Amino acid sequence: MATTHEIVLAGFGGQGILFAGKILAYSGLMDEKEVSWLPSYGPEMRGGTANCSVCISDEPIGSPLVLNPDLLIAMNLPSYRKFIGAVKPGGTAVMDSVMVEEKSDRTDINCFYVPASRIAEDEGLSGMANIILIGKLIGETGIISLEHLRKAFEKSVPAKKANLISYNMKAIEIGMQYRK
Amino acid sequence: MERNLMKGNEAIAEAAMRAGCKCFFGYPITPQTEISAYLAKNMAKNGGLFLQAESEVAAINMVLGASSTGTRVMTSSSSPGISLKSEGISYIAASDLPCVIVNVQRGGPGLGGIQPSQADYWQATKALGHGDFHILVFAPSSVQEMVDMVTEAFDLADEYRMPAMLLADGLLGQMMEPVSFPEKRTEFSPKPWATDGHKNKREHNIVNSLFLQPDVLQNSVVKRFERYEEIKEKHAQAEVYLCEDAEIVVTAYGATARVAKSAVNAARAKGIKAGLFRPKTLWPYPEKRLNDACKTAKRVLCVEMSMGQMIDDVKLALECRIPVEFFGKTGGVIPTPTEVLAQIEKYAE
Repeated sequence: MATTHEIVLAGFGGQGILFAGKILAYSGLMDEKEVSWLPSYGPEMRGGTANCSVCISDEPIGSPLVLNPDLLIAMNLPSYRKFIGAVKPGGTAVMDSVMVEEKSDRTDINCFYVPASRIAEDEGLSGMANIILIGKLIGETGIISLEHLRKAFEKSVPAKKANLISYNMKAIEIGMQYRK
Repeated sequence: MERNLMKGNEAIAEAAMRAGCKCFFGYPITPQTEISAYLAKNMAKNGGLFLQAESEVAAINMVLGASSTGTRVMTSSSSPGISLKSEGISYIAASDLPCVIVNVQRGGPGLGGIQPSQADYWQATKALGHGDFHILVFAPSSVQEMVDMVTEAFDLADEYRMPAMLLADGLLGQMMEPVSFPEKRTEFSPKPWATDGHKNKREHNIVNSLFLQPDVLQNSVVKRFERYEEIKEKHAQAEVYLCEDAEIVVTAYGATARVAKSAVNAARAKGIKAGLFRPKTLWPYPEKRLNDACKTAKRVLCVEMSMGQMIDDVKLALECRIPVEFFGKTGGVIPTPTEVLAQIEKYAE
């Protein structure tokens, strides 16, 4: 049975939602999977939520638009409220708890609340809350290996900024190890 | 071959350069602006010219000029911008000039919206400008197909001396998928008709679309339509999926075909004999392939991101022997696999 991971990443513009999605898609590609990445480019980007759909599958991908994700990363309250109800039963949702002050009452999905923005500031990884949340997501689900993730960073970080790769990997590690 | 992750729009731009496109003239419009942005950055490095024109009308006339010299040339826009280009496209067709035109469709009519749509089907296949003419219309369904079809569009446009269009939509333009590229083209067929300067070593070549003598004009149009017949015979393309025993055949193109394929797979899992017919060229329409695909079909379901435009060609091709149903969303709304599955189930009963 082929597995397909359908992922939604959502937050404000500027939080690195699209980049985080690209990293997940690239990691899938490095694992020789079929992948797709679709950004929202409509009016909702202006002021509200920016989101993107990522699919990682063993098979060719049909619609790249994810309406009911298996996996959700929500980085602000409007995005959380928009998507938490859409997560498939058995799915996983990871929230930046600094930005999302609510807790879901859904018992059929796994919810994780990580104060990623604060951790990023404290660890000198400003602007990498998105990557910390990816760390938590893959720590909990194992959908991507660290090796493929590192290759994905190498692919998507420009050569001039190669020093950022180690910061990104540190953010991943922090996210993976976060327990509460 | 190495696969990279790339947006559909950027992939079109890269593929065009590799196909030997030396000139690009365009004017920005969402959701296709990445084509311009990519070429603005890279065209000069590849020994070509990128120019942002003052309007879509100017851009298409620059295409006409560049094409007259035998240069491979492209323009791109989205729905309202394509309407502006229509006069120029008619002139290019009438002048027997090749070029590639990309339409990354958005919701219409009017300024409409910026979300994906397929509401320009009629425009592309029936009436992209005044007069008796056709253009080649390719309908990619993935980022890789955008690359493959841009390459083929340049080749066929040159071979038949006519405009070729890539009819995509905002979803395909904006999404990223793994993609690989062909090697850069270095050899091209000669264009003895080009107005490229000859220092009196041959007769003048004249590029013109004005023929005041009715019989002369008729003759030029008829000759063009003879070429169209050959194209219909040789270049109509389609993907036929699970149609061998299908009782219901879903027809869809472009991004919608991806949604439809998911729905067909889900229907098969439920024991419904469903199949998918996906035209890859919209002009010429793969009429024969459609009839072959529908041999066991009791019903056809046409799914589009419009109020129903391709359905006309489906009915014509089938000569209405099989009932053709329609399901569509418009204005930038994308149909979901669940919705299409519900339609398949409804008509399969």
